[in-house]
Amino acid sequence: MEKSGSVDSVESLCSSTTTRSDRSSGTRVSDTELRSKGRAIEKVLQCKYTSKGELPLLPEELVQDSAKDVTYICPFIGPVRGSLTVTNYRLFFRCTDREPVFGLDLPLGVLSRVEKIGAATSRGDVSYGLVCKDMRNLRFVHKEPEDSLKKSVFEVLMKFAFPVSNNMSLFAFEYKQVFPENGWRVYDPLAEYKRQGLAKESWRITKVNDHYELCDSYPAALVVPVTITDEELRRVSSFRAKGRIPVLSWIHPESQAAVVRASQPMVGQNGRRCKEDEKLLQAIMDANAQSHKMFIFDARPSVNAAANKMKGGGYESEDAYQNAELVFLDIHNIHVMRESLRKLKEVVYPKIEDSHWLSNLESTHWLEHIKLILAGALRIADKVESGKTSVVVHCSDGWDRTPQLTSLALIMLDSHYRTIRGFQILLEKEWLSFGHRFQQRVGHGDKNHTDADRSPIFLQFIDCVWQMTRQFPAAFEFNEYFLITILDQLYSCLFGTFLCNSEQQRLKEEVPKHTVSLWSFVNSQLEEFVNPLYVHYPSHVLFPTVGIRHLQLWVTYYIRWNPRMRPQEPVHQCYKELLAKRAELQKRVEELQREAANRTASSSSERAGSPTRSITPVQTYV
Amino acid sequence: MLSLGSVGAKSTKPSFVSYVTPEEIKLEKEPPKIEKHPDLLPGEVEFCCANPILKYTQDDLSQRGIFGTLFCTNFRVTFISDEKSQEETTKTFKNKLYGENDIPLMCVDHIYGVYDEKKKLITGGLVKNKYPSKMIIHCKDLRVFQFCLTFTKEEDAKKIFQGIAHHCLEEKSLKCVFAFSYSGTPSPEMQRKRETILFDSPEDWTQEMKRTRANCRLVTENENFELSQRLPKYFVIPSALGDLFSYQGKGFPIWCWSHHSGCALFKASLPPVTQEDGDFQKHLDIMINAVAHNYLYSAKTEDLSESLPTIQDIQQSYNKFKQFFLIENSTDFWLSDVKWFSSLESSGWLDIIRQCLQKAVEVVECLEKDNTNVLITEEEGTDLCCVISSLVQIMLDPYYRTLMGFQSLVQKEWVAGCHAFLDRCNHLHQKDKECHSPIFLLFLECVWQLVQQHSPAFQFSETYLTVLSDSVDVPVFSTFLFNSAHHRESVMKAESPLAQSSPLSCPTVWDWSVQFDSKAQNFFFNPLYSEKVKHEKAVRKAHKPKHQRQLSLPSTAFKPPSKKGFFKDETDSLKKMLRVKRLSRWMGSPDSPAATTRGFYESWQQRPLDYHGLLLPCLDGPAVRVWMQRYLRWIPEVHIMGGGSVAVMTKLMELLSQVQDLKCVLEQRDSSQAVKLDHRPYIQHRLLSFGSSGRLSSSFPFAYSRNRSFKPIIPTGLMQSLMVSDSLASQEDEASSFVSLV
Repeated sequence: MEKSGSVDSVESLCSSTTTRSDRSSGTRVSDTELRSKGRAIEKVLQCKYTSKGELPLLPEELVQDSAKDVTYICPFIGPVRGSLTVTNYRLFFRCTDREPVFGLDLPLGVLSRVEKIGAATSRGDVSYGLVCKDMRNLRFVHKEPEDSLKKSVFEVLMKFAFPVSNNMSLFAFEYKQVFPENGWRVYDPLAEYKRQGLAKESWRITKVNDHYELCDSYPAALVVPVTITDEELRRVSSFRAKGRIPVLSWIHPESQAAVVRASQPMVGQNGRRCKEDEKLLQAIMDANAQSHKMFIFDARPSVNAAANKMKGGGYESEDAYQNAELVFLDIHNIHVMRESLRKLKEVVYPKIEDSHWLSNLESTHWLEHIKLILAGALRIADKVESGKTSVVVHCSDGWDRTPQLTSLALIMLDSHYRTIRGFQILLEKEWLSFGHRFQQRVGHGDKNHTDADRSPIFLQFIDCVWQMTRQFPAAFEFNEYFLITILDQLYSCLFGTFLCNSEQQRLKEEVPKHTVSLWSFVNSQLEEFVNPLYVHYPSHVLFPTVGIRHLQLWVTYYIRWNPRMRPQEPVHQCYKELLAKRAELQKRVEELQREAANRTASSSSERAGSPTRSITPVQTYV
Repeated sequence: MLSLGSVGAKSTKPSFVSYVTPEEIKLEKEPPKIEKHPDLLPGEVEFCCANPILKYTQDDLSQRGIFGTLFCTNFRVTFISDEKSQEETTKTFKNKLYGENDIPLMCVDHIYGVYDEKKKLITGGLVKNKYPSKMIIHCKDLRVFQFCLTFTKEEDAKKIFQGIAHHCLEEKSLKCVFAFSYSGTPSPEMQRKRETILFDSPEDWTQEMKRTRANCRLVTENENFELSQRLPKYFVIPSALGDLFSYQGKGFPIWCWSHHSGCALFKASLPPVTQEDGDFQKHLDIMINAVAHNYLYSAKTEDLSESLPTIQDIQQSYNKFKQFFLIENSTDFWLSDVKWFSSLESSGWLDIIRQCLQKAVEVVECLEKDNTNVLITEEEGTDLCCVISSLVQIMLDPYYRTLMGFQSLVQKEWVAGCHAFLDRCNHLHQKDKECHSPIFLLFLECVWQLVQQHSPAFQFSETYLTVLSDSVDVPVFSTFLFNSAHHRESVMKAESPLAQSSPLSCPTVWDWSVQFDSKAQNFFFNPLYSEKVKHEKAVRKAHKPKHQRQLSLPSTAFKPPSKKGFFKDETDSLKKMLRVKRLSRWMGSPDSPAATTRGFYESWQQRPLDYHGLLLPCLDGPAVRVWMQRYLRWIPEVHIMGGGSVAVMTKLMELLSQVQDLKCVLEQRDSSQAVKLDHRPYIQHRLLSFGSSGRLSSSFPFAYSRNRSFKPIIPTGLMQSLMVSDSLASQEDEASSFVSLV
């Protein structure tokens, strides 16, 4: 099995993204992208069932335990009996005595909690509840094993679902699929800063953090104004929370207005100041000749920012930073966001209350948080684009709300980040290299589901991106399936991309050496992720509308487990067909033209190539 | 001169004080040299005008706007700017009857006056005393106009205000409606004929019966409205129904549509309730028997007035709902944005839409799955009956999802079917509030839900539906002006300028060339409509009905009649059976039908999608949505520059035209092989060229963005929105600060 064809494994990998409770209608599965996927999965699953139940395992995936006669209590179609298999990577449930065939296939990484529900009943049934990170809960019932010494399949499941808690390594370190492209090479900071058009006379790339001594959660390569020495940076680092000094994130190619990110200044109750920090911000402002002002965006509500002074933090005072204007963006902290998502899950899974749907949705505040984040990013983008002013963005530590804001603003400002590869670079840069604490926020392989450090910050960001793709359906090279894949693989622990908390940790654990990058997988089958409506407008700034009237709940993500909410065939399908039709016709025209040209080669040509004139080249991705 | 399109709210509190005093204006402005006048339509007469009037630009809070002249004619209120407008000429989607600064009188919903900073609703009584400093007009198509009257001469201001209030609000007679003065040149007859079936002749009905293979009887006895004035001129009844005159014009089961299995949908007004209850019951039984006789002795009846909201409920709900879209300034907008979802829910409008669609699905299930005849009843039989029967037909019959089919359906069920448009739309501003209700709009809303869920199944676009909903309030067309066929006929005859000669001809709304040129009409068509492949499929389809009929024989004990007398013997048990069915099926607990249709929907959902077959809507909470295009198109805060569905549409149309171009090239090259042309009559080479499609606003083709400066809309007052009182909010972000290892 270890050398199974890569195509097979890729497909079985994808199958983890769709519940198979809707197998029967595989031809009508949700999105176009999912649709074509659905067919592929169908094929795989079919051969699975016919060839005496052999599972299509990934390389290095091993069956750990299995149990027959397990009942899955499906909230949509009722109890289903079948067999359950646990590998070191996934949970697999299937039921063959049912038409249509029913199956569940999910990576263990999505489990946040596995627990026995109640005691064994008189009939000897044991019930287990599985709480997932991807907006669903699963419930299984099975007979208490006769042999009480034998471990229940769920105990095995618990072991492999939380390898970190059990001192084992994540499956990503075992998975050894080889893809044509190495995704770990997607992002090269120097090349990226060069692409942005960094002006050498005002900015430099410093090596001060080469060994993560200045700041262990920052990347090795940092961009700072030329006028600030490394020594000064060291002093700034003691003034900024966790040493996260203000560094350049993005620079406007024309106005040279910069987006700079940082953490909160350690002002404290006494209003401490730092000469070097003030100088650094002044230098950032001076690097942009277009404006004699700068904006500091503090992502937090002003109350929270002020409360942070008690703990030594705070915000920039007007006295110390004379030409800077401080704006609070009123975005709440990770705990509020976690609570909001928990409420959302209650409202959408498993049952939706139709007549109170809207007020229930409102009571979760989820879309209001999305609105605030988008509004914040919009204000940043507006100041940079329309105001030609440089901006500094920070929250408390600068690794949650700050990457949300900067990366969204960057997507608005720079069309490169709206391409598939550009988006990968954006994630690698703003989220991964700048130390968003993925391990803590997601809790990979950790059974401590009540950990207060968990929070759906990254999911929220992807949701915001999705909102933008809805508003600008032709501005993004990637499609919805791409975003869903990223979220699914965020939890799956199949790839190394989202492991650890910082660049330093990833290097220490040798993650790039021992694991496969998600981008290796994605870039090996790009056609799955391409938005056929994409039009590339090079210098096109997007200003989304942030009114809640234009925000929607991402039904195809949050409610995708509900078979009734499966979306109908979207625009993309017809569009793909049209593109194919056009390509075909174009080919025919060319053939005929060639033929005609050959025929009339000897005689004088009577018609110039007028027919092609009207056909303007449009990017074709199909 | 104040500039337009300024950005940035000056104050957070709305104030109605202008920055410019009247004196300044007078000094600044020379008396207008050229008197501007609106381009009048044929038959349009100017009543009064006033200058200068300041029209506020809606975009922001600052009291800025454009100066111009305000006119009131017998057709519209119109504002003509003193500045030269360049925009008008560049529009691709221009209504020929009224522009962006015109309000057809019928389209005015409410007028508010601002007196000393207090906003008051103008009703007839208030008009005489005093004119307001500012006049706010809310339109039925959800536009909001704000005019400042303080700059003009007092008597002019008074005159224009009273004129507008009088013509827009006072009760008036039908004769005063502009349609009776309008004398537009009728468009070529040919265009009308070839398309929409008007159902104003026996042939149209016979044809329709033939098309659906109905086995019913056409009634021509009401040609001169001798049976009843409330009944259509021609209609179709079950062939088993006997003597017509004993019904007093009420309680006829009127045929709507026949399913290919043979069962059919009927609608009826309820028979008059007489002293003796027995009569009523007897009448009901006769009706049900007649319907049941149509196919396999099965019938289900449903009294819509019991299971659906009343027309007053519908009116009330819509009144609440539309308020959320009549936005006067940015502050209002952002304030209402906060409670958006719960406001929507409290209006109940989306729920009414869901209930109607739900009911329609139930009826569809009876026809499609159980193959029983269905009779829907209602007091008048011309309101919710029309909504449900039309929806059922759209879901079951792909013909009604074409543009012409849809228009024919509206003619059949609504216009010929005697929906009381005049009363329901309140075109004459009658004080009696009881009979107003946006029933037809409710129907369009339901259709929109279907269109947005299954776009490729429909030949028409949402723009078409939006325009149709607007056209109801354009007083030029005869389509929506009358209460019944009899009403139409009597008025049209009387209004004919030369009595005894041919009746007056107003255009029907279906003559779209009256409003839009052919280029603009392209927007009515859905470029993604998946047309049926004509030949091979048609052959296959022909066999299908028979096949299905056998498969789907109802499981009831009833056998087809072997002889004529059979029916009589069975009547009693049939009635019992029917009543039992009614009880179990329709009158059970309110959520039980929803549960059964749930199963019906799910089994349909599992079949492969066929855009030319049965179409069912998803009715779960998140699936029923707000018709964004209709309701949000005039609100600048929600315009997405360079985005929205228009971005997709333009891209698609571009691609379609390329495919078409290529096909043409192929044909020219290779005429011997005779490549068949994709028969898309409308979206042809005259496709719109959007040089800057990236910069079109999402509200295109309706509102045009005035400021090309492309500024984002930054919300104000965000913090009020989210008061998280939780202790979580004040919690520290990081619980632990040490680095945890993998």
